Amino acid sequence: MRRVPRLDAPRVRIEFEGQSLNARRGDTVAAALLADGHWQFRTTPVSGAARGPFCMMGVCFDCLVEIDGVANRQACMVEVREGMRVRRQRGASDLGADDSAIDDHGGAP
Amino acid sequence: MATGRHVADVVVIGGGLHGSATALHLSRAGHSVIVIEKDRVGRHASSANAGGVRRLGRALPEIPLACAALDTWHHITDLVDDDCGFASSCQVKVAENDAELQAQRERRDTLLALGFEHEEIIDRAALRELLPAIASHCVGGMVVHGDGHANPFLTVQAFRRKALALGVRFLEGAAVTEIGRHGETWQVKSVRDDVQAPTLVNCAGAWGGRIAAMLGEQAPVQPVALMLMITSRVKPFVQPVVGAQGRTLSFKQFDNGTVLIGGGYQGRAEPDTNRTHLDFRGLSASATTAAALFPGLAGVQIVRCWAGIEGVLPDNIPVIGASAAPGVFHAFGFCGHGFALGPLVGRLIAELITTGRSSLPIGAFDIGRFSSSRPKDTGA
Amino acid sequence: MKDHYDIAVVGAGPAGMAAATVAAEHGAGVVLFDEQPLAGGQIYRALSRQTLADRDVLGPDYYHGEALITALQNGGAEHVADTTVWEVTPEREIGISSGGIARLLSADQVILATGAQERPFPVPGWTLAGAMSAGAAQVLLKSAGLAEPDAVFAGTGPLLYLVANQYLKAGIPIRAILDTTPGTNSLGALPHLPGALMGAAALLKGRRWITELRNAGIPFVNGVEHLKVTGDESVTGVEYAHRGAWHRIDTNRIFLHQGVVPNVNLAMATGCTHRWSDAQLCWHAVTDAWGESDMAGVAIAGDGAAINGARAAEYAGRITAYGALHRCARLDAQSRDRLAKPCRQALARERRGRAFLDRLFRPADQFRIPQDDSTIVCRCEEVTAARVRASVALGCIGPNQLKGFSRCGMGPCQGRMCGLTLSEIIAQSRKVPVGEVGALRLRPPVKPLMLGELAALAVPPEPEPGEH
Repeated sequence: MRRVPRLDAPRVRIEFEGQSLNARRGDTVAAALLADGHWQFRTTPVSGAARGPFCMMGVCFDCLVEIDGVANRQACMVEVREGMRVRRQRGASDLGADDSAIDDHGGAP
Repeated sequence: MATGRHVADVVVIGGGLHGSATALHLSRAGHSVIVIEKDRVGRHASSANAGGVRRLGRALPEIPLACAALDTWHHITDLVDDDCGFASSCQVKVAENDAELQAQRERRDTLLALGFEHEEIIDRAALRELLPAIASHCVGGMVVHGDGHANPFLTVQAFRRKALALGVRFLEGAAVTEIGRHGETWQVKSVRDDVQAPTLVNCAGAWGGRIAAMLGEQAPVQPVALMLMITSRVKPFVQPVVGAQGRTLSFKQFDNGTVLIGGGYQGRAEPDTNRTHLDFRGLSASATTAAALFPGLAGVQIVRCWAGIEGVLPDNIPVIGASAAPGVFHAFGFCGHGFALGPLVGRLIAELITTGRSSLPIGAFDIGRFSSSRPKDTGA
Repeated sequence: MKDHYDIAVVGAGPAGMAAATVAAEHGAGVVLFDEQPLAGGQIYRALSRQTLADRDVLGPDYYHGEALITALQNGGAEHVADTTVWEVTPEREIGISSGGIARLLSADQVILATGAQERPFPVPGWTLAGAMSAGAAQVLLKSAGLAEPDAVFAGTGPLLYLVANQYLKAGIPIRAILDTTPGTNSLGALPHLPGALMGAAALLKGRRWITELRNAGIPFVNGVEHLKVTGDESVTGVEYAHRGAWHRIDTNRIFLHQGVVPNVNLAMATGCTHRWSDAQLCWHAVTDAWGESDMAGVAIAGDGAAINGARAAEYAGRITAYGALHRCARLDAQSRDRLAKPCRQALARERRGRAFLDRLFRPADQFRIPQDDSTIVCRCEEVTAARVRASVALGCIGPNQLKGFSRCGMGPCQGRMCGLTLSEIIAQSRKVPVGEVGALRLRPPVKPLMLGELAALAVPPEPEPGEH
C-alpha cells in the first residue's frame, strides 16, 4: 500500500515473521503489515486457507495474528509498539506454555 | 381454527432426548406414539449439555444403567443410523492431592465389592501419560476406559429422525395445558392440538415437576441453568474427557480442536420464558479450575458461553419408573447428567410399558420417594 | 475507574459521545467505554490524531466530528479507551476487558451506542486475501494514511462512492467501480423523493461524488448483476456479469461494500428484543421514544438501533441521555421533554432522506442471498451456501438449529459476518418472513475473552446492606 501525505508520526520498529519492519506511531498492526506489502495474515484452522484483514474494525476476526507469543489477536485492533513481535497464525492456536501466573483459588466452589 | 385431535397408544410429553428415545423404543415394540413438545425437539437440555457419556463417578443406583448405556453408545449407529459424534477413549477424574486419591481408592473398593470393575485408579506417571498437558501438582486419578462423549444436538436430532422414520408423530409448539383422565385414556390438552392415549410418559425434563403436578404427583424438580463455555480451536492436546475429584469440572476437546468446559456452575433459569442468564462469577471460577488443571489454557480464547435449562432433584438422581396413576410413567430430572442415559432409559420405559417390567433395577428412582403419603417402594 | 456509575455509555461514536457529554453536563456520573484508543467511532476514527496533511482528502463531513470530540474531552464524562464491553446483564452489570484484564462494574442506566458495521457481501471469493471492505479502505486512509492504488471498488451505497471520492482527492488511481445498485431501485425510490428533497444537500453530495468519479475517467459499470472474486491463495481478479455478459478485470485488490447495518451483538446478547426491518433489511432494536429497550434501563442510540447516519446519531444520543438522566432522577420529566424537543426536531430533519436512500441503495437479493452454492457464507467456519441449504432441507428451521448442524455462527466473529445472510437464506428456502426465522441467539461474551483473563475476573466487593 502507498502512504498518503500525512503529518509526521515517529517510526516504530516491529518484527513480522522474524523480519524487521518500520511502522508509524498510531498504526495498527494490520496497517503496518499492509503498508509493508503483507496481505496474508493467517491460515484458517478449518481448511488452511490464507486469510487477511477484511473489515479493519474488529468485526470479521480474519486478521488474527500472534503478537508477542499470544495468539488470536486482532491485528486491526492493536497499535504497534516498539519491539513488538508479530507472527502469522497458522491454523489452530497452540496450547500455551505452563503459566503459573494464574491465581488458583483452589478447591470446590 | 378447530383443535386437532390425535390418538395413539402412548403419548410422550417432552421432545428431548429422553422423550425421543422413549418414543423410538416404544415404536420398535409396536406401539403407536405421539410426542408432544412445547418448543422444538431437543430445544433445551438435550442440545445444551456437555455431551459426556460415562460410567465414571455415577451415583450407585445409576451404575447398572450407565453400564448398559455405554454398550448402547458403542453401537449407537445400529440404533439410529448415525454415529451421533460419539467418541470414546476414556474419562478421567483427576486427583490433585493424596487425600483425593485416597478417596478415589475407597470409592473403587466400594464398587469392586458391588461387582463393578470399571473404575480404575492410576498413579502420577500413568496420569501424565494419559494427560500430558495436566498440571504438575496432580497426583493421579480414576479412569474408566471406554467412556467418552458425543454431540448432544446431533444425537437428539438423530433420535428424532429415526423415530419419525419408525412412524412416531411429533407435535411441536404444543405446551401442555391440562391432563385429564377419561375412562381408560389420558386426555392431554395443549395450546395446539389435543392428544388421547391410554399410556402417558412424562419426559418433560426441567418441566417434569409441572407435568407430575398435573397428574397429582410430587416431584420437587428445580430448573437450573448449568453453564458451559467453548474455546476457539486449539491444536489437539487432550483425548480423554476430564473431571476433577475435588472441583466441579467437565472438560473435553472435540475433533475440531475446540474445548468445552463445564461442570456445574449455575446461571439463572427462567423456565417460563426459556431464557437463561449467565453468571460470569461462576464462569470465572470455571475458567480458574480449567487453567489450574491445564495451565497452558490460560492463553486460549473463550468464544461462547451458554446455559440450557435442566431439571435437578434434591437427591441428585432422576425420576424413572411407573407412577401411582394408572398408565403413567416418568423419566425426567436427570440433574445435569442424563445425556448418556437417554438412549438406555428410553428402552427401559418401553420395556416397562410393554412387559410390565424393567430389565434393570430402577426402584431407587421411584417418584414416590418424594411423596409423604405414598409408601416407599423398595422393590427393584 | 469506579465500581458503579449513574450512566454507562458503550461506544464513542457520535451517538455515544453526544450521550456521554450531555449526561455529564447534567451532573450524572458518566463513563464512556470504547474499543478504540481515540474517541470518534468509525465515522470519525482517528480524527484527533490528524493523520492526513490535506483536509480536503477526507472532506468536511469527517472533520465535523471535531466539535463532538472536543465537547467530550472538555466535559465530565470519564472516557475509558481501548476497552471492550463483553457483557451487559439485565441488572446492568457490565463486563469489560482492558489491557488483558477483565472486570465487572455496574450502572443505573446503560446506553448502547455500538454503531454500525458493514453488511456482509457474500460473493464467491470474498474471503480471499486482498479482498477487503470499502470501509476498511477508509479506515486505513483515515488512521494510517494508507491507500491501495489500482483497486477495484464494487457494490452499492453512499460509503462506496465516498471512499472512492476520497481516493480521488488523495490522488490514488482506481481501477474500476462496479456498481451493483439494481437498475429498478430508482423507480422504487421515487415515492420517497419528496421527503428526500427536504434533505437535498445529502442527495446532491452523493451525485457530486459520482459525477467527479466519472469525470476522472475511472471505468464505471452500472447495473452489475453478479460478482465473483477469483484467485487461489489471494485475489487475482474479479469477474462480473453486466447485461447478461461476463467480463473480467485482473486485479489483486478489491474493496467491497453494500451498505451498513446496525452492530447489534451487544444489544441482542443483553436480551433486547429486535424486529426485522424490511426497509433496511436488518434487525432494528425495539425501543420507546427515549431509546429505552425492553430491558429496563438499557437504551440504544444511533446507528446501533437503526441506520440513520452520523448526524442523526448525535441527536439520538442526546435524546437517550435525557431519558436516562430522568430515569436515574437527575432530570425531572418537564426539563427532560423541553431539552429533548429541539433534538427531536433535528433528528426528524436528519431522517428525512433516509427512506429514499434505503430504497435507492437497497442491495439486490442475489448479493445478500448468494445463489452460487459454492459461496462461503460463514467465513469463520468456512460453511458454504450449499451446506446451509442442505441443513434447511434436513429440517433446520432457523439459524440456531443451523449452528448445531453446521457450526455456522460458532466462530470468533459470533455471527457478525454471517448472521444476516443465514437468516435470509433460511427465510428464502423456507418461504417464510425473515422475522419468523429469527436471528442467531447471542450470549455474552460478545467478543472472545481469554480464559486466563476470565479466570482472573475482578469483581467489585458486595455492597454493604444499605448501599445500592
